[in-house]
Amino acid sequence: MKILVCISHVPDTTSKINFTEGDTKFDTNGVQFVINPNDEFGLTRAMWFKEKQGATVDVVNVGGAETEPTLRKALAIGADSAIRVNTPATDGIYVAKQLAKVFKDGGYDLVIAGRESIDYNGGMVPGMLAGLVGANFVNTCIGLEIEGNEATVIREIDGGKETLRAALPLVIGTQKGIVEESDLRIPNMRGIMQARKKPMNVVEPIETNTNTEAVKFEKPEPRGDIKMIDPENLDELVDLLHNEAKVI
Amino acid sequence: MSVLVYTESEEGKFKKTALEVASYAKGVADMLGTGVTAVTFNAGDTSELGKYGVSKVLKVNSDKLKKFNAKAYTDALKQAVEKEGSKVVVLSQSANAKYLAPLLAVQLEAGYASNVVALPESTDPLQVKRTAFTNKAFNFTNITTDVKIIGVSKNAFGLKESSAELSEEEFSPNLSDGDFSVEVVSVDKAADKVTIADAEIVVSGGRGMKGPENWGMLEELAETLGAATACSKPVSDMGWRPHSEHVGQTGKPVAANLYIAIGISGAIQHLAGVNASKTKVVINNDPEAPFFKAADYGIVGDAFEVVPKLTEKLKKFKSDNA
Ligand SMILES: Cc1cc2nc3c(=O)[nH]c(=O)nc-3n(C[C@H](O)[C@H](O)[C@H](O)COP(=O)(O)OP(=O)(O)OC[C@H]3O[C@@H](n4cnc5c(N)ncnc54)[C@H](O)[C@@H]3O)c2cc1C
Ligand SMILES: Nc1ncnc2c1ncn2[C@@H]1O[C@H](COP(=O)(O)O)[C@@H](O)[C@H]1O
Repeated sequence: MKILVCISHVPDTTSKINFTEGDTKFDTNGVQFVINPNDEFGLTRAMWFKEKQGATVDVVNVGGAETEPTLRKALAIGADSAIRVNTPATDGIYVAKQLAKVFKDGGYDLVIAGRESIDYNGGMVPGMLAGLVGANFVNTCIGLEIEGNEATVIREIDGGKETLRAALPLVIGTQKGIVEESDLRIPNMRGIMQARKKPMNVVEPIETNTNTEAVKFEKPEPRGDIKMIDPENLDELVDLLHNEAKVI
Repeated sequence: MSVLVYTESEEGKFKKTALEVASYAKGVADMLGTGVTAVTFNAGDTSELGKYGVSKVLKVNSDKLKKFNAKAYTDALKQAVEKEGSKVVVLSQSANAKYLAPLLAVQLEAGYASNVVALPESTDPLQVKRTAFTNKAFNFTNITTDVKIIGVSKNAFGLKESSAELSEEEFSPNLSDGDFSVEVVSVDKAADKVTIADAEIVVSGGRGMKGPENWGMLEELAETLGAATACSKPVSDMGWRPHSEHVGQTGKPVAANLYIAIGISGAIQHLAGVNASKTKVVINNDPEAPFFKAADYGIVGDAFEVVPKLTEKLKKFKSDNA
């Protein structure tokens, strides 16, 4: 089985978010980049298929050279090789079309991507990829077993979960739950050393369109002051929630 | 040319988000000088949609579509868009809508903007305001395709009544076997519980609750308010509560009217996922807890004393106002 794990290179969750160039560009100054958390859960599940079912695991990112340390980290966690499509990730469909090319060229059986990236929060790349290549797709995946050509997938729905069955090739959008937090791997010294020797294949992008254009950014208004309430006077809170906030 | 809206129902009844996206679609339709067509799947009485500005309903009634199926629903919606010649499609950000939106975008060669929080800034070009960086910023996006899909965040727009003369039409899309290549084997859903996705009010507990055995008081508070229960990440990591209750940047987003955080410190990753909520109440025994900087109302106190008392007060309030 050949698995492709899509890795989005995102600011660390503690990053302060600022913009430059008249609020049109994300300010990367002093920002640490990491593997998108949803992708990290997916990558860990891919390692299980590698170790238990003999799968090969490639990781891919659509982005500039600055994303290579993030891909190297995925290699250190255990992926076999990395692919970087050498172009900025302009919008969802643009990235999905680049990934579709990688998918077809590599003949993958399974693509694991995140439910969403924590930077742009598009929530669209995996579904678009599946739609473009005609593969089956399951989103918000929290469980995945594969036997032969058949996958059994558990999907989180609002208020519960659902079990689905689909043939490969399959694309999943995944999140925490596909593996436990405690199963996540921190690259060890040996992994880091090995990762240096693993292939980092840089491929050039195909020419294609975008459908959306991020024009500018804005930071939320700083909020007003908090009202403190004496724990001995909870009637005041009930009153404020009813008459001021009008939420009860 | 009408604006098409996907109005989700459950067991024949419309969800609140369905009425919200209908209201939004009406707002867009007014900007464009057109009407709103809703697509429903196995919904019963659709007259309620008329109150939120829908003028036409395409009713899909099919046993094959009893269970949500992303590909099949996508195919049906695509055919509805083509039938109506719609240029704008509006949907919610429920788990199901988020599942099918990118598939529909590919089918229609449409640009899709997710997490949209307001009516378009302009219609030519169509520009929308959406959240990015998990609520740490807003992003203005132009959708540059002929057909455009807008995913509207829950509670961002609210319900706007504007009655329209409603006409109904049966609609039978052509579905192929390929539409069911992903088969739904079973659905496991707690019928009586309020879900985080639907809830107006969310009661959330953190590590300050000390252990799973103490959740009874949060559940009682939640039940009093008709709220859903949620938790911080470490609480679900430790197995005190199910993963499905984990909220925050890497968990579920919460956009409730009221979010009550109990024994939660207010780490940046937690706040990112919940600060789209309108009103936030914090109960924490440490006056230095960072959450106090991000909330509307705060109580410095021991949750084990404050929560039961608050529940009593709210019970009284509810019965006085019943
Ligand atoms: C990559 C990454 C992603 C993350 N994503 C998320 C996420 O999505 N969601 C999330 O929640 N976290 C997330 N976190 C974790 C986050 O950084 C915090 O560790 C976490 O939110 C803390 O949870 P907590 O507030 O429950 O616990 P703590 O930080 O331990 O806070 C407990 C609080 O309870 C208070 N307390 C103690 N006893 C009482 C009492 N008797 N009465 C009242 N108050 C009391 C304390 O004063 C304290 O403020 C993430 C972290 C990382 C690194
Ligand atoms: N530039 C990219 N390169 C590789 N994978 C990506 C890229 N952008 C998004 N993805 C994948 O698609 C998922 C959802 O991203 P998004 O649609 O941007 O929210 C991410 O979690 C990744 O797995």
